[in-house]
Amino acid sequence: MNILRILVTRVFYAAVLLTAVLVLNFSLMHLAPGDVADTISQSMGGADQELLDQIRADYGLDQHFVVQLGRYIGNVLTFDLGFSFFYNQPVTQLILERLPATLLLVISAQLVALIVGVVLGVISAQKPNGIASHFVTFLALFGYSAPVFWTGILLLIAFSLQIQWFPVAGMRDVTIEGGFWVKAVDVAQHLVLPMITLASVFFALYSRLARAAMMEVLGSDYVRTAKAKGLRERTVVYKHALKNALSPVITLAGLQFSAVISGAVLVEAVFSWPGLGTLAFQSIIARDTPTILGILFFSALVVIVGNLLTDLALRLVDPRVGGKK
Amino acid sequence: MTDAPLIPEEETPKAQHPFMEAWGMFRRNHAAVVALAVLLVICFVAIFGPWLYPTDPFEMVWAPFSPPGENGFLLGTDYLGRDLLAMIINGAKVSLLIGLAAALVSIFIGVTIGALAGFYRGLVEEILMRITEFFQVLPTLLFSMVIVALFGASLPMITLAIGIVSWTAVARITRSEFLRIRELEYVMAARASGVQNARLMFGVILPNALPPIIVQSALMVGSAILFEAGLSFLGLTDPNVVSWGQIIGSNRQYILDASYTVTIPGLAIFVTVLAISLVGDGLNDALNPKLRSR
Repeated sequence: MNILRILVTRVFYAAVLLTAVLVLNFSLMHLAPGDVADTISQSMGGADQELLDQIRADYGLDQHFVVQLGRYIGNVLTFDLGFSFFYNQPVTQLILERLPATLLLVISAQLVALIVGVVLGVISAQKPNGIASHFVTFLALFGYSAPVFWTGILLLIAFSLQIQWFPVAGMRDVTIEGGFWVKAVDVAQHLVLPMITLASVFFALYSRLARAAMMEVLGSDYVRTAKAKGLRERTVVYKHALKNALSPVITLAGLQFSAVISGAVLVEAVFSWPGLGTLAFQSIIARDTPTILGILFFSALVVIVGNLLTDLALRLVDPRVGGKK
Repeated sequence: MTDAPLIPEEETPKAQHPFMEAWGMFRRNHAAVVALAVLLVICFVAIFGPWLYPTDPFEMVWAPFSPPGENGFLLGTDYLGRDLLAMIINGAKVSLLIGLAAALVSIFIGVTIGALAGFYRGLVEEILMRITEFFQVLPTLLFSMVIVALFGASLPMITLAIGIVSWTAVARITRSEFLRIRELEYVMAARASGVQNARLMFGVILPNALPPIIVQSALMVGSAILFEAGLSFLGLTDPNVVSWGQIIGSNRQYILDASYTVTIPGLAIFVTVLAISLVGDGLNDALNPKLRSR
């Protein structure tokens, strides 16, 4: 019951946020010099005023801004994000085709960053001056400071060009024939480098926080009790302490979704990964307004859903969360 | 009765200037001191480099892909036969300038919003924090790409596009500091003696809230440099200036023939941002009162 009520308020709040995203982006597009009619006429090699007016009337661009905005939001409610004249496809269809690739990249990178980050953080918390600890410090500094696209290109040079372990670009090899598993392995091979590149930024963050949280928990009384009653070190660390050290890390991971998507745009550009980032880049260059608006909407949606899932995960891991509210 | 002071003069501890005290703490962090030196060298290169090494970064000076160290070019030439060293030197100015300016923009927005929210509480706080959350949901890089593409890739517009999406962390920190400090006695005293709200906010509370904001600001300069590098890597940059990210972006098709055209500018970004974040660490040691007792 309690969870349900929280969920309802959160969904309502998410809807308000998304509407705000729509209004802001739509207004920006409206403010910018040039409109869809200009872009279309440019791609046709020029048009006279009569034709421009005709196009504007067709797209409803001659109406008042508020009318256009209202109609756009109304359309979005029915999952109609407009039509891309550049790709000659409905925007919703276009985005849904590209979304799985981005989701695969973003989610797998987040998971790898979280798991590796937490494991390294736990190991280095147990031995604050050990090799693992210094390794975490070094990787954290690298992750903070190296531009993600540069990391990607370095990995590309090392593992695709020098030693040819992984494919250079794309998401699948079209020449490969076979069943589901053959194709899955192919995609996985393509995924490795982009995933590691994107994860490198965030697992620096997570490992540092996991180490700090773990060190705090390991010094607490209940851990001493668990040790005193003769439990094995490993049980104490992984069953008793880890549970409490996890929640700050998960909270942080939830806050990173927007940053992960930003990183994904650059990683997709490096590895020609056929996701939303590549689509965004192409449509920004082509001034394909409906597609740009659609992508901004969907990426905000991904961030909000990600935050919501993080919240639920946090409630599962830590029953104290939400108890007060 | 004698006039001799009760405590002999040499035993009174001399009050240290706060700046010297902070410097003393900063100096204990050796990595931060080295990083500060590196950063000063980079700033020197950015300011005086183009004058000391006057090769035009846009001019074709040799055949393309002359490897580093050969034909008199320390870092070699890029795919258009331009001198990579000249490009790196000229790019330093743009990277640092945009990094600093964008950080200033976001600090200005963040401090203003955080201060108002933390000072006035109530409805003002509610509205401002909702706005902050809204900007946290916005996919930052995509949004900046759109702004730069729509309104032109001039340096001021790029600065604005970066600053406008990166202020949320500053706002949160400022707000929480204000929430803490506004309840302290000296603020009450100032309020009781009739100090105006604006002076109370920016004259009394803000100076005491500065240490964590300064540390965060140092980190922001680093992330703004990375942000600018990302935008210019994608080609969303002023075509009339050289920047490090743009060198990587324009040369990346040729990594098979000349990987140094990508690795060297990337290294420049990496070293700069690393130096800034290490200096930030040192500032944290110097300014964070919690650590001072250790």
